[in-house]
Amino acid sequence: MIRIDGLTKQYDRLTAVDRLNLSIADGEIFGLLGPNGAGKTTTIRMLTTLASISGGMAEINGLDVEKTPIAVKKIIGLAPQGLNLEIELTAEENLEFHGRLHGMPTRERRARIDELLDFAGIAEKRNELVSKLSGGMKRRLLIARAIMHRPKVLFLDEPTVGLDPQIRRKMWEMVLELKRGGITVFLTTHYIEEADFLCDRVGIMNRGRLAALGPPAALKEKTGRYAVLCRQFDGCRPAFFPTRADAVSFASGMEEDVTIRHTTLEDVFIHMTGEAFE
Amino acid sequence: MTAPGFYVIFWREMLAIRKKFWKFLTGSLVMPVLYLVTFGWGVGGNMRMGGGSYLEFVLPGIIALSAMNNSFNGVATTLNISKLYYRTIEEIMVSPVSPWSIALGRVLAGCVRGMFSALLLVALGSILHVEIRFNLMFVAVLFLTTFAFGSLGVLAAMITKSHEDMANFSNVVILPMAFLSGTFFSPTHLPEPFTSIIMAYPLTHASLSLRAIAAGGGAPVTSLLILTFYAALFFTLGGLSVKRLEL
Repeated sequence: MIRIDGLTKQYDRLTAVDRLNLSIADGEIFGLLGPNGAGKTTTIRMLTTLASISGGMAEINGLDVEKTPIAVKKIIGLAPQGLNLEIELTAEENLEFHGRLHGMPTRERRARIDELLDFAGIAEKRNELVSKLSGGMKRRLLIARAIMHRPKVLFLDEPTVGLDPQIRRKMWEMVLELKRGGITVFLTTHYIEEADFLCDRVGIMNRGRLAALGPPAALKEKTGRYAVLCRQFDGCRPAFFPTRADAVSFASGMEEDVTIRHTTLEDVFIHMTGEAFE
Repeated sequence: MTAPGFYVIFWREMLAIRKKFWKFLTGSLVMPVLYLVTFGWGVGGNMRMGGGSYLEFVLPGIIALSAMNNSFNGVATTLNISKLYYRTIEEIMVSPVSPWSIALGRVLAGCVRGMFSALLLVALGSILHVEIRFNLMFVAVLFLTTFAFGSLGVLAAMITKSHEDMANFSNVVILPMAFLSGTFFSPTHLPEPFTSIIMAYPLTHASLSLRAIAAGGGAPVTSLLILTFYAALFFTLGGLSVKRLEL
């Protein structure tokens, strides 16, 4: 569904995205994971035509993003990191505007608005001005708006940033439901557990480059399923072991207090990049 | 059948205006009424110009000025805020509506804002018994004026990178034009090179055209051609700036 080949974004002397190569299958939930400034949002901006491409190419459903932007825009949806809803319009009017922008006929638009307000759990708030909705409601409306025109690919840029854990879970359920509906989801996040829970595959990005790529379980397996943490280690970096027995054996030789736990995607990031996840 | 892209953008703007109509009405009236009171009555209360009262002379100019201010600010300010603060422009830029349609929809909304304030002044003039001829040609010149300055508003909003830049653009481009374009005086009374500079401003030609029509004549063809040229130039530059926008 998405093919990225050598994708690069250059801002003067800064290379925000550096020769990114990636293929994402139809119906997959793919997550770009990385610290702030890794190049995740810039990647999404290029894929959604909001930023120009400095080098390489990207295709969505066989359509070249740079050469056929209007055709690409018809089949993608974007829920950006910032809540860019029309605050002087109601929830319903926001969806109405989006449907009109995508040329949806009136009858289809109205039915879809009802369906999506239910899906987002804000049907009773349809006539409320967006400025009066809670943060969680706005996030859900943002996603509902992004899928209003039934896109084939949905881009979610940090979809749960700033939300409390309970609402974050609800958002995850929403994303999984979209996958069940056949939508390909490309999301960015710096929440480790979010990538772990939602994504079929993750790409770990650092300084504009892909440091690791694969299903979360496989990446952790490759790094070592068990991590031993000790304050004495260099910069608190964990040591990784394929089995619990190996980890226990290593830990038993230590004089300091140590912790043995399952490896996380954050550990994978530290292991792959040699840097802390900020 | 679905509406064309530019109409959807225009529709959204009209929806926003409808929702805050009283604020819009007040905002449209304040500056022109202040100009009218200050320059029409205050400064020029006892003056006569071209065989009529100064108020009769100055009203078409103030109408042109108001049309410019409201169409420019109505587009530039809202679009700039949409780009830099609310970032709602992303929603539009990621839709399949073409950059030219986005620009056109916004410019037409600017025309409504500008023409609305101008027509309020025409009504106010009528209440005050200031005699000006108001006809279809008058409306056409107003449309051309607001189209040009609405387009300039799109261009300004796209090329400025901060609210401060936007304020600077207004101070450097719009403010001198407001005072020097023959709104309050006849531009032919100034020495060179001021006359030539003033005659290059689009607002000068809007004022000259509206003043000529208001006095019962026809709009000068040269002024109409210059206004059309500016409208086409600003719209082209505005559309290109939307096309090249990086978010």
